[in-house]
Amino acid sequence: MPTDPPLLQVKDLRVTFGMDEGTIRAVDGTSFDVHPGEVVGIVGESGCGKSVTMKAILQLVERPGRLASGEILFRDRQGTQTDLAKLDPRGPQMRALRGAEIALIPQEPMAAFSPVHTVGAQIIEAIQLHATQEGRRVSKAEARETVIGLFRDVGISMPEQRVDAYSWQLSGGLRQRAMIAMALSCKPRLLIADEPTTAIDVTTQAQVLALLRDLRAKYNTAIIFITHDLGVIAQMTSYVVVMYLGRVMEQGPVDQIFHAPAHPYTRALLRSIPTIHGETRTPLPVISGSLPHPFNRPTGCPFHPRCPEAMPGCATATPKLLPVAERQSAACFLHHQEAEP
Amino acid sequence: MTEAPLIEVRGLRKFFPIVKGFLQRTTGNVRAVDGVDFTLNEGETLGLVGESGCGKTTASRCILRAIDPTAGQILYRTKGGETVDLAPMPQRELARYRAEIQMVFQDPFGSLNPRMTLLDNVGEPLLVNGMKSRRDRADRVADLLKLVGLRPEFMHRFPHAFSGGQRQRIGIARALATEPRLVVADEPVSALDVSVQAQVLNLLLELQQRLRLTYLFVAHDLSVVRHISDRVAVMYVGQIVELAPTNALFSRPLHPYTAALMRAVPVPDPRVNPADGVLRGEVPSPANPPTGCYFHPRCPFAQPRCAVEAPALREIAPGHHARCHFAGDLALAGA
Ligand SMILES: Nc1ncnc2c1ncn2[C@@H]1O[C@H](COP(=O)(O)OP(=O)(O)O)[C@@H](O)[C@H]1O
Ligand SMILES: Nc1ncnc2c1ncn2[C@@H]1O[C@H](COP(=O)(O)OP(=O)(O)O)[C@@H](O)[C@H]1O
Ligand code: SF4
Ligand code: SF4
Ligand SMILES: [Mg+2]
Ligand SMILES: [Mg+2]
Repeated sequence: MPTDPPLLQVKDLRVTFGMDEGTIRAVDGTSFDVHPGEVVGIVGESGCGKSVTMKAILQLVERPGRLASGEILFRDRQGTQTDLAKLDPRGPQMRALRGAEIALIPQEPMAAFSPVHTVGAQIIEAIQLHATQEGRRVSKAEARETVIGLFRDVGISMPEQRVDAYSWQLSGGLRQRAMIAMALSCKPRLLIADEPTTAIDVTTQAQVLALLRDLRAKYNTAIIFITHDLGVIAQMTSYVVVMYLGRVMEQGPVDQIFHAPAHPYTRALLRSIPTIHGETRTPLPVISGSLPHPFNRPTGCPFHPRCPEAMPGCATATPKLLPVAERQSAACFLHHQEAEP
Repeated sequence: MTEAPLIEVRGLRKFFPIVKGFLQRTTGNVRAVDGVDFTLNEGETLGLVGESGCGKTTASRCILRAIDPTAGQILYRTKGGETVDLAPMPQRELARYRAEIQMVFQDPFGSLNPRMTLLDNVGEPLLVNGMKSRRDRADRVADLLKLVGLRPEFMHRFPHAFSGGQRQRIGIARALATEPRLVVADEPVSALDVSVQAQVLNLLLELQQRLRLTYLFVAHDLSVVRHISDRVAVMYVGQIVELAPTNALFSRPLHPYTAALMRAVPVPDPRVNPADGVLRGEVPSPANPPTGCYFHPRCPFAQPRCAVEAPALREIAPGHHARCHFAGDLALAGA
């Protein structure tokens, strides 16, 4: 159990997209904490607001997206908390935080590097920029050495040659590693990995996961790990946040989530995955129905149209996220009666 | 099973020439599929797994004759009971069998025309196969949509109105339009969310039982393959390295590559510790494969012999084949 005060606290975050057809509530009251050195997993089906939440933390939500309300409290090295939601997205404070304190491994690996400069040149530039912001000066040659060292750390073979490669010359696995090297180049205290292994093979995934585990152990970097792979969640994280339609359904220590899940959605998700130990050729239990369209959000508990345990009140009132056990909370009327105002 | 297999693939090869320079000279070959043999019995599912670049898609496209194989036989038992070789068959003659072998794609969107309603998308193979009356097609499409769990009224809508899982159902309906006997599915659930994935897998199993379909199921996800297959073939650099009944393969893998793939799958239980000994390196290029056993540069069990002598695919236990000099003698853990 973490004893240090939280590095990041997200409180009742709301992000909306104003579209011609109506407003999408992409993130609709999300709250969670991340402690130093902790790996927090965020799991949920596509469209439930995982990426938008992360973009909001870094103030990178594209228009017509808007941070409608909530707090994003980040603790600096001196222990002072700053509300990132109040900072100017393009201001110097936010720019200094991005990359240096909080780094993102984005979901689209191709988009992360520019095709016209070598991968090495782009990381060198980031290192030099970061140094300038801290009032230091790092020569190109020094930065290049740092990059080669980082490439070696992340398991890129022939790093001296690979620094001079363009991203499109690298295989998917190598590009992923180069991106991790980029994210680590300024030794961030929080690393956000948005589905970093979804597009790669299990073998490469195992290498990337081992690498991230080592890095956490070595530098005590906190990691937010987004994935819809429950196997990855189980093997990588210590604390899990389960999201559905922009809201946290349940959160708790990884062992609780897998062995004592409190929310019907978590239980349904866990039942529906085929496993490598599973029975061959038997039907899997499924979650009935399908994910509603963002313009068609259900009233009340967002999961009620698909919930096998739904009760009459679930269609009209939205349950609050409240503690159900040690460090575990659930937003469900099976556990309490408190509704959102 | 006494009946002859529905498909028997023998010595299948697909090489892509590497052409260089102004004179477009062929300087080598990408040996994408390099001597593949397997059989598919009617009503069964053969899973095809391996890391990306191992030749799974190329092998399945050869069987569909979407591309021309370089060598080998694809022996197909027709409805009339005779055996024909699809591999060298000219397209004109192939047309007779097109309806019987259909494909389900990873990205159902890529295979659907966004400007056509479901009636025209799903009904297109029917039109190609001579069902000229629009009314007949509408009746059949209504049945097909019901079959895959969609409402028949949807036939007047366009593909963009549907979610990923629904689109995959539409793709399946289209593949089933001509009452195929063999369905080749290339990563059909890889792009879907877990909950939707379960729905589509259940649908495929149910349809197989109802319609006595035969599946060649290509996937890189071993959990999915275990769930759907009767037998599994593991591919590495264009070759099958292990082929076995599903439970035998998972409980007692005989090839180090299969065992390494299984170890790499993260177990969805935090009380199980991450497996150590992750497989290093990457799949070699099929344009320039290693000498001897293609797996030797990454194999933890490699011996000097492995770098010089290519192992053959041998039957170690009934129906359980492995391409390793030491198959059966190594202590490999299953799942
Ligand atoms: N640029 C955008 N414009 C409009 N809607 C968006 C945009 N980005 C995300 N959304 C909406 O926000 C919701 C959450 O998206 P996202 O955070 O990307 O989901 P996840 O990462 O969980 O798959 C979705 O309903 C999506 O349609
Ligand atoms: N049209 C092509 N021309 C040249 N090489 C190709 C072509 N199609 C596939 N390949 C190569 O053949 C190998 C096998 O590819 P593929 O069958 O797509 O593998 P998989 O489906 O297992 O990922 C890869 O090395 C790929 O780059
Ligand atoms: S609040 Fe009601 S509908 Fe929502 S998860 Fe709980 S029981 Fe199901
Ligand atoms: S033949 Fe040798 S290198 Fe190849 S899989 Fe067997 S032990 Fe490993
Ligand atoms: Mg996302
Ligand atoms: Mg493929």
